[in-house]
Amino acid sequence: MPYDAQVIADHGFTPEEYAKVCEHLGREPRYVELGIFSVMWSEHCSYKSSRLHLKRLPTKGPQVVCGPGENAGIVDLGDGLCACFKMESHNHPSFIEPYQGAATGVGGIMRDIFTMGARPVALLNSLRFGDPSLAKTKSLIHGVVAGIAGYGNCMGVPTVGGETLFAPSFNGNNLVNAFCVGILKQDKIFKAQAAGIGNPIIYVGAKTGRDGIHGATMASAEFDEASEEKRPTVQVGDPFTEKRLLEACQELMAGGDIIAIQDMGAAGLTCSSLEMAASGRVGVELDLDDVPCRETEMSAYEIMLSESQERMLLVAKQGSEDRVRAIFTKWDLDAAVVGKVVEGDQVVIRFKGDIVAELPSLPITEDAPIYDRPQQEPKYLKVAQQLDLSKVPDTTDVPGTLKQLVSSPNLCSKKWIYRQYDHMVGTDTVVLPGSDAAVLRLKGTARGELGDKGLGLSVDCNSRYCYLDPQEGAKLAVAECARNLVCSGAKPLASTDCLNFGNPENPEIMWQIAKAIDGIAEACEALAAPIVSGNVSLYNETQGQAIDPTPGMALIGLLDDVNQHCCQYFQKDGDLIVLLGWFQPTLGASEYLATVHGLVQGHPPVCDLEQERQVQDCCLQLIKRGVIRSAHDLSMGGLAVALAESCVSQEGQSIGAHVAWEPEERTDLTWFGETAASILVSVSPEKLPLVIGQAQASGCPAIGIGSVGGEVLQLGDEAAIPLTELSDWYWNSFEKLV
Amino acid sequence: MKFGVVIFPGSNCDRDCHHIATTVLGQTATYVWHKETQLPDIDALILPGGFSYGDYLRPGAIARVSPIMQAVVRFADQGGTVLGICNGFQILVESGLLPGTLQQNEGLKFLCENVDLEVVGTEHRFAKSYEPGQALTMPIAHMDGRYVADEETLKRLEGEGQVAFRYRGRNPNGSLASIAGITNAQGNVLGMMPHPERCAEDLLGNKDGLGVFQSLLP
Repeated sequence: MPYDAQVIADHGFTPEEYAKVCEHLGREPRYVELGIFSVMWSEHCSYKSSRLHLKRLPTKGPQVVCGPGENAGIVDLGDGLCACFKMESHNHPSFIEPYQGAATGVGGIMRDIFTMGARPVALLNSLRFGDPSLAKTKSLIHGVVAGIAGYGNCMGVPTVGGETLFAPSFNGNNLVNAFCVGILKQDKIFKAQAAGIGNPIIYVGAKTGRDGIHGATMASAEFDEASEEKRPTVQVGDPFTEKRLLEACQELMAGGDIIAIQDMGAAGLTCSSLEMAASGRVGVELDLDDVPCRETEMSAYEIMLSESQERMLLVAKQGSEDRVRAIFTKWDLDAAVVGKVVEGDQVVIRFKGDIVAELPSLPITEDAPIYDRPQQEPKYLKVAQQLDLSKVPDTTDVPGTLKQLVSSPNLCSKKWIYRQYDHMVGTDTVVLPGSDAAVLRLKGTARGELGDKGLGLSVDCNSRYCYLDPQEGAKLAVAECARNLVCSGAKPLASTDCLNFGNPENPEIMWQIAKAIDGIAEACEALAAPIVSGNVSLYNETQGQAIDPTPGMALIGLLDDVNQHCCQYFQKDGDLIVLLGWFQPTLGASEYLATVHGLVQGHPPVCDLEQERQVQDCCLQLIKRGVIRSAHDLSMGGLAVALAESCVSQEGQSIGAHVAWEPEERTDLTWFGETAASILVSVSPEKLPLVIGQAQASGCPAIGIGSVGGEVLQLGDEAAIPLTELSDWYWNSFEKLV
Repeated sequence: MKFGVVIFPGSNCDRDCHHIATTVLGQTATYVWHKETQLPDIDALILPGGFSYGDYLRPGAIARVSPIMQAVVRFADQGGTVLGICNGFQILVESGLLPGTLQQNEGLKFLCENVDLEVVGTEHRFAKSYEPGQALTMPIAHMDGRYVADEETLKRLEGEGQVAFRYRGRNPNGSLASIAGITNAQGNVLGMMPHPERCAEDLLGNKDGLGVFQSLLP
């Protein structure tokens, strides 16, 4: 049956891709088959623009139990325990319908984790919004935050950290990247490999409706004025059902009935059945008449492409059907046998007695088009990278400038956001949101003299750095994530990435993607934090305006003993403040230039990964040995902002500091210039020699720059900022904004 | 001592309460599935926090008709110790074991933060470890924690010493008379919005909540 060009284009195919579909089938596709190819070969599901480049990422290491390719990555935590984690975007749906878009993003990432047998223990998120003074931005913030809260809180999984940043390039495309980590036993990992001819395929969870049809295709195109009309392609979440699904899966997984299991996320039943068949190298037969539906008169096309949430597909052992049904009935959920594993490599789908699709699984999942798209250095870059400081007046009012920065949307406290998230459920959140990294306790892991183990979690990316230098910016994102972890006492273990870019068919965007991947590869290799899972979100463009490149990174780290954690807050009067590492401030790409002077120009800080490794080693050893009382990395806003945060960012407490450092060249460069490979620590005076000794052993510089105490933050001779004012700027600015 | 922890569909602090009873206090604890109609042999029952039935209709409104609740009411009527935390408190007011109701927070947002509390009435079995007027800090995490009751009920609660905890200083959710927790007239049923199980260990930086559980130990 021939289709006209419009139908083919509506399914997201180029004429060449459509020809390839016909070639694989040896005929024109049936309508259901056309839909199946459409979602499976969408950018979202097939990674057709990025796959070639993603191969450059380091994915191996002794700690890696399961690398990219599964639902999520798995790393070894020792003693038979593993962590399973991934970060995923839900950008397009969240812009169209902020509450449900964000909520289902959180629901989807959690399913990826518990499909593998893990119990989710923490969520983080990375958000980007446009200009916060716009009414549209405010409504997006309210909707997205409430959506994340609504889903995560109900699930009882704490949202323990994240980052939220603002820049005009996100006006037409906000970003919602959700990260989840779960814990599982190494001998209880579940995968999506169907096996065992004759074994039943069982559908469990919520019923199928018409929501989210072609969501993956929608997420693989640019936005235009008609995008709001795509609201029906956004799914609706029901966290109460997902909570029951989680508990039922955990109960079922404790027994031996499951051969394979796969969640129904993007492309729903299509993706889960095809991937289970392909990875098991077997055939699958499905009868859609047996799929539990919540709407009447659904067509085969709709059932196959629905992205209704809170559903799973599993292959059970023959004879296990009743046990599976009993557990799901206990939790008031559907469980229906919808097909079986068969010999061969075909996926055969029947509906009302007819065969509506008959396809080989491998070509669809593994022979999707791969593009080596043309790349070209963006024209804006050379101009934007030039920064003539002689045209930028130095600050003459350090307290005033500090006020501008500390109360700016990017740097002020995001308590208004995180207090909407239950960040304490589970009673394992040892370091609450607001410090460099979240720290979680792993109950029941104490050994001998050591207390329970701990997990450090951090997400980071500076989109402005990446706009001005995608490769260095991506390196810096990895480096800062790792630095955040060591500042909390965790040794970086592994990474996940969520790559958010514009339209890859534009060579300038493709260049950004390729460079960013190079940067991530280099930094993850150098810092021994391989990538074990990830996600790519492209086409983040509205009417030709692409977002700033945002290769979001999330790293997890391990604490041998969670009691040995550390926070960024100064603790005690009289402690000395020491700056570890290579303080090489630059104003290029800085928050100061953007906020105070309205300039997005220059080069981001230099990222020397050897220096990074050394300063991180030094800090980690100092925390493990119990030498220092606080550690905070220098990042956006530079030295002055890091000091301010160490003084006032601990809730309910503030403590002053006196830094006797006089600027040499420019005042703004010293206080607000940004640098990598630098960590601010505080230490009691008698332990100072231990800091100096460790710094020498780790090969990193250490200089004393001041002391903790008093009621003001004193920067050099001139500037003395009362803590009451500093606290007010930091704590009360965000609420006024939204 | 034997604790029971009820699991409704959507409960999510059940494991946390179990942890406090067993690992922290060294007692035994049994989970009780909501479809049961009898309670096992226990000395105290905890209705944990969470989102029973997804908070659909009203928080606690559907859980109150779960089969186990008839047994819970009998247990309470016979003087059994019942502690309802957060959603557990909501279920207790919906079931009539405690007076009043819990409505949406004043600011219409979910709130998760540490709040300052004052121990008010101490003539009940959950307060043995506290002094009257003692200042505490505990976390809250709820969307519907604004306690509301008619004038007469409030008068009775205040007069009979049934107000167990009050928010001190800032009232985070607009509760009537800053009420954070109340007991029944007999003092064997306590409902509270703050989460004592989240602040009962040194590692978490605050042990102010431990007293609620310790008070129950013989």
